[in-house]
Amino acid sequence: MNAVASIPSVRHTITVEAPRAHAFEVFTRGIDTWWFRDHSIGTEPLKEVVMEPREGGRVFERGIHGAKCDWGRVLVWEPPSRLVVSWGIGGDWQFDPDLSHASEYEVRFIEEAPDRTRVEFEHRHFERHGEAGRSIHDAVDSGWPKLLAAYAESAKTA
Amino acid sequence: MKTNLKLRVQALGDPTRMAIFERLERGPLAVGEIARSLPVTRSAVSQHLKVLKDVGLVTSQRAANRQIYQIDADGVAGLRDYFDHFWQESLQSFKHAAEKSFKEKSQ
Repeated sequence: MNAVASIPSVRHTITVEAPRAHAFEVFTRGIDTWWFRDHSIGTEPLKEVVMEPREGGRVFERGIHGAKCDWGRVLVWEPPSRLVVSWGIGGDWQFDPDLSHASEYEVRFIEEAPDRTRVEFEHRHFERHGEAGRSIHDAVDSGWPKLLAAYAESAKTA
Repeated sequence: MKTNLKLRVQALGDPTRMAIFERLERGPLAVGEIARSLPVTRSAVSQHLKVLKDVGLVTSQRAANRQIYQIDADGVAGLRDYFDHFWQESLQSFKHAAEKSFKEKSQ
């Protein structure tokens, strides 16, 4: 029996009161302006999050002392309407460069009015991170519990 | 959901429980079948299964007078749950950043 044949996608839709090109710009080049500071996998405190604005571009974090930690790659770069990014961080909270082990998220920017954009978000293929049991197993002796604690803390103060 | 996930991670921190969980990844089993493949007693296996069941990682059902244990597919989808919350919050943060910078730009 395969414990986790397929894990449903995470989907969210939000409306942004700004033009489509601006929303795309802030989501990509401006990722550092909205990323939560404690959502980080590096050993150093997070200094900045960078998304290189092109197909094949890297998405990574840089720590306060300069250490870089990869998160994923830009798979589809279609400004201002569509973006697909691989997510190489599994349950063990470590980056795996193998794309067949990576999930991915797609963001679609749809113009509802000149100054209003509907943003449709989907994070899919979680099963590619390996069986959930394996992920949980790895998480036991790595950073996951710590990250969850930080997450719970940030949710409280948010 | 966050608390549950943390409890699950803690439950699997015990090596014997992790071993039992890994046996069940291959398919549903009765207590005796699990005990035979591990250096622990039947009653110890039962105790560990109870912990795994309490945190929602395994379920059990009665079949032919035996209790059969299997992995709870909803319980192991913790990674997905985590990202659901993660993105919900992050997208709100993105929305605020985009709207704020647009307002500043158009002033």
